[in-house]
Amino acid sequence: MADRLKSSTVGIAGCGGLGSNCAVALARVGVGHLILADFDVVEQSNLNRQYYFLDQVGQLKVLALKNNILRINPRIRTDTFPERLTPDRIVVIFGQCNVLVEAFDLKEMKLMIAETVMERIPGIPLVLGSGVAGWGKNELLATHRSDNLYICGDETTETSEEVPPLAPRVGIVANMQANVVLELLLGTEW
Amino acid sequence: MRITLNTIPEEIDAEALTIRELLAYKNFTFRLLVIKVNGKLVRREDYDTVTVRDRDQVTVMHLVSGG
Repeated sequence: MADRLKSSTVGIAGCGGLGSNCAVALARVGVGHLILADFDVVEQSNLNRQYYFLDQVGQLKVLALKNNILRINPRIRTDTFPERLTPDRIVVIFGQCNVLVEAFDLKEMKLMIAETVMERIPGIPLVLGSGVAGWGKNELLATHRSDNLYICGDETTETSEEVPPLAPRVGIVANMQANVVLELLLGTEW
Repeated sequence: MRITLNTIPEEIDAEALTIRELLAYKNFTFRLLVIKVNGKLVRREDYDTVTVRDRDQVTVMHLVSGG
């Protein structure tokens, strides 16, 4: 099991609430190679759910996340891409991954990566997150699969002023995504 | 026609429906969806031209912002 994970490459498209927590979970279990992409910098308002620290405010998320991962396990290889992802760049950056995790904030970006992967790199399983805002309602969180496409979340609750994304629910879905990644890398039996 | 919608069998009183008609029929009001018919992705611009017929397998996934 450890060897299989060590020789695996997982892409993380977006390093916010979903991506930072998912990447850390995959680092803790020993996925050997993580490809991190995000254009943004850490803000104080991110700390209610994202895997960053107060002294990292202002740093590029991909670099801050790389450092946090290396503090957990210095043997993990991380490639960082501080850029806004486009369809062409998604194919270039993530084309060799064993599994790709979609961890964007905006639904338009979620659709863009889903279309790009299904049409241009359909052999790579894509694990989407959709519907993470709010609190409680554990029973609505689920994973749906259609061929190489997986979607985790409640598929309903959108972020708004009254319903913000918060650490527990975002963290649950990020870890559901990491759990799907493990199933894809290791199989469903143990 | 009888289709499978998100793995659930569904009887619909029509010979065929476009994707847009199917979404209206099912009251899927979400703005952004991933729709697949028999495993093939249907892009948004094709919702009026791609039709669903008897025994088709349809997948609808809802995309909402937040992450």
